[in-house]
Amino acid sequence: MTPLDPKKPIDVEEILKDLDKYRPRRRGWTWRKKLPEGTKLDKYEYYQISEPLKNSIPLPAAHYFNNIDPQPDVVITAEIASGRFEDDIRRMRMAAWHGADHIMVIRTLGQSHFDGLIEGTPEGVGGIPITRKQVRATRKALDLIEDEVGRPINFHSYVSGVAGPEIAVLFAEEGVNGAHQDPQYNILYRGVNPVRSFVDAAVAKKIMAWAGMLQIDGAHNANASAKISWTVMPELLVQHGINCMFSLKVGMPKENIALSTVPPMIAPTPEMRIDLPYAVALRELFKGFRFRAQMNTRYIESDLFDATRVHVLNAVLSRLTSADLQSTITPDEGRNVPWHINSIRGVETAKHTLLAMDGIQKYVKIDREAIREKVRELKMRAILMLEEILQMGGYFEALEAGMFVDNGYYPERLGDGIARKKDGEIAAGTVVPRDPDYMAPVCEHFGYNNLPEELERPCDLIGGCTFHKPEKIQFIDELDETDNVNLRLQRVKDMKARNVIKPEVEWYADGWIQLDMTFSLPEEYAEAAALAVCEKLGLEDPTIIAKTVLHPAEGTYVEVKAKVPFEIKIDELRLPKKPETLPEDEIFDFVSKRPITVVAATVGEDEHSVGLREILDIKHGGIEKYGIKYHYLGTSCPPEKLIDAAIETGADAILASMIITHNDVHIKNMRRLNELAIEKGIRDRVLIIVGGTQINNDLAVENGVDAGFGRGTKGIHVASFIVKKLRERDALKSGN
Amino acid sequence: MKPRPDDFAERSKHLQHMSDEELDAYFWQLVEKVVDPLIELARTHTSPSIERSVLLRMGFNSLEAKKLVDMIFERGLLGKGAGHIVWRIAKEHNIDYIEAGRRLINGMYWDDVDRIFKGVKK
Repeated sequence: MTPLDPKKPIDVEEILKDLDKYRPRRRGWTWRKKLPEGTKLDKYEYYQISEPLKNSIPLPAAHYFNNIDPQPDVVITAEIASGRFEDDIRRMRMAAWHGADHIMVIRTLGQSHFDGLIEGTPEGVGGIPITRKQVRATRKALDLIEDEVGRPINFHSYVSGVAGPEIAVLFAEEGVNGAHQDPQYNILYRGVNPVRSFVDAAVAKKIMAWAGMLQIDGAHNANASAKISWTVMPELLVQHGINCMFSLKVGMPKENIALSTVPPMIAPTPEMRIDLPYAVALRELFKGFRFRAQMNTRYIESDLFDATRVHVLNAVLSRLTSADLQSTITPDEGRNVPWHINSIRGVETAKHTLLAMDGIQKYVKIDREAIREKVRELKMRAILMLEEILQMGGYFEALEAGMFVDNGYYPERLGDGIARKKDGEIAAGTVVPRDPDYMAPVCEHFGYNNLPEELERPCDLIGGCTFHKPEKIQFIDELDETDNVNLRLQRVKDMKARNVIKPEVEWYADGWIQLDMTFSLPEEYAEAAALAVCEKLGLEDPTIIAKTVLHPAEGTYVEVKAKVPFEIKIDELRLPKKPETLPEDEIFDFVSKRPITVVAATVGEDEHSVGLREILDIKHGGIEKYGIKYHYLGTSCPPEKLIDAAIETGADAILASMIITHNDVHIKNMRRLNELAIEKGIRDRVLIIVGGTQINNDLAVENGVDAGFGRGTKGIHVASFIVKKLRERDALKSGN
Repeated sequence: MKPRPDDFAERSKHLQHMSDEELDAYFWQLVEKVVDPLIELARTHTSPSIERSVLLRMGFNSLEAKKLVDMIFERGLLGKGAGHIVWRIAKEHNIDYIEAGRRLINGMYWDDVDRIFKGVKK
């Protein structure tokens, strides 16, 4: 396969080519390779980081620190759920560049109840239908992506529902590295017959164990469905215990069994004092198992900032205790199907927090004595629950009585638990006893198997099963002519042929955009006004996705999503000209022969000096580096003072920084500098250069100054401009 | 369950004197007691999905696996193992087992299946 080119989008047709012959390159889960404690990046010591990536996008502030992109020692998850695998793989690539190495592909609504495997590439709702073709195509794409970023990527989905064992086989054959598997999840939240769930689970888990997959349980769902999520803490310990023990007994190694745990609470409650003892109790009881730290979803509202704050605190808790795997939830779960950008934000939130908390346990320790009573109480409550389950006759009897997901804090009971009948629910009556002559001529089969004696491997009977002879695997391409990737790609191909684009959030050029606005209106009126604005803008399907009341009467903030009805022609786009730079040697050479002096200040009532200092100072690669002398007049400098200083020092150029743009004050100041320079008779011998985040060259020149520099400008851009201009002027002079 | 108040203080009296290690060990002892019968149930039973997973591992595709298991389930023979039946029929007729499975799907050999697995005489 041709490696990916970071400058080009992934080619889905290339992925689909010869897919019937594609075999995954490995099985099993991969953890990050931890670097020794005290490893230095830039000048900073780290205690909890892993090997760096070949290609990545660092956190926003990284450019202040030589663009370092330390990778925490913890595997980071991105959840992917577009419903179209061809868009999923694009998002996986984005997530991988931001630091995700566990890609969790959500399944389409309803797959749990599909009795068998699905084939082809039909579109899903809130996730993809898991099929051999989609799984294989995704694994193939991930192989390319992991080569591009330089770190193995774990591919993950779900072994649940009424086709668990088959999906486990599919995953083992196709190189899926991890999966959720927990019969209790099937029973409680998918209404699958309890007996079927446990019987199927044993076979599925045995297969997962052979494939070296990491298993994640489903206990965290009790948090998400409880009225007040701390009340289920004792039961969560019980649920984790049942799935862990069941998995061990089937033959899954302890280090491949992960608990899915969520800090249950959120502010305004004192969440940390509730979450911390629970996190400690879990880690004490389940020593040696893996911890998948999930972020709280139970209390996510539609406010992205609120969700982000919660998730930062969740990751703080991971660092105060421990985690092997930090899962992320897109902060927009409460309002959208997760969008690309929010999926990435989730990953960044985790990476940021884990790095920020690097090695924190060197300085901060949990006071074990202070929380000991709370920890013991949680364990005891769980033990009491187990005692009662056994008194009732066992798991199924307790389940029928409604023991689980009761909103009482055990042993308190409210009587509102989820009761499931042992012989009822979906797929009831489908489990049969194995006869004495029951036989399955395949490997890794859990349970009674009356195989002929003297076989080295069970599958010797059939000349090898697919686990030992993968060439026996049959590949089904498409079954539905009206619902498949080829049809969906037609639209993309057509747009690419015409070289047009639309914005997107989930699917290629789906047209969705988000707008935010504030109105001086009460809530209901603000919402209606926001929709009216969208209508006037000609946008389609506007929907309010979030709002914040700033004050009942003074203002409401509204976020809207809507679709743009038009396409943008890429050929007709006008790109701003990039400032041309001279070779560094040329600048050094020029300045050494013809000394240059400049005066610099932030102009007007402006205290923002960081940007200007970067343009000036040698330590930030500023113009000083090239030998240019500068006189820095400080912040909030009036234009008059700059002009006077230019005269006094005989400066060749004035550098004025303008960050504040209220009431076009930046434009007024540009004009004022030009006018003053003319008045004082120095305009022909001094260059006026302005800079700032909202400045561009066109704007600057229109308003009478020589050049304008915007976001991302470096010293070399400004130095190049000055040198070029002076060279032109000196040439002109000598020509005279 | 019937609603009841939190009687933790009373109910936990027998646990309060235990050390942390004893509590942890007791927790796992109880979990094992809950899980053991579930494991025994799984060891001695099978299901349509399990049998389809066997056929998949033998190299049948999902459509074939589903049809075969449905037919075997209807005949009340799932407890023999779907792979077992296909393998046995292939041996009986000295043909490749995938071919045997496909012929079964087409309605062939079911008399043999009944004879071999149900003891039905010709």
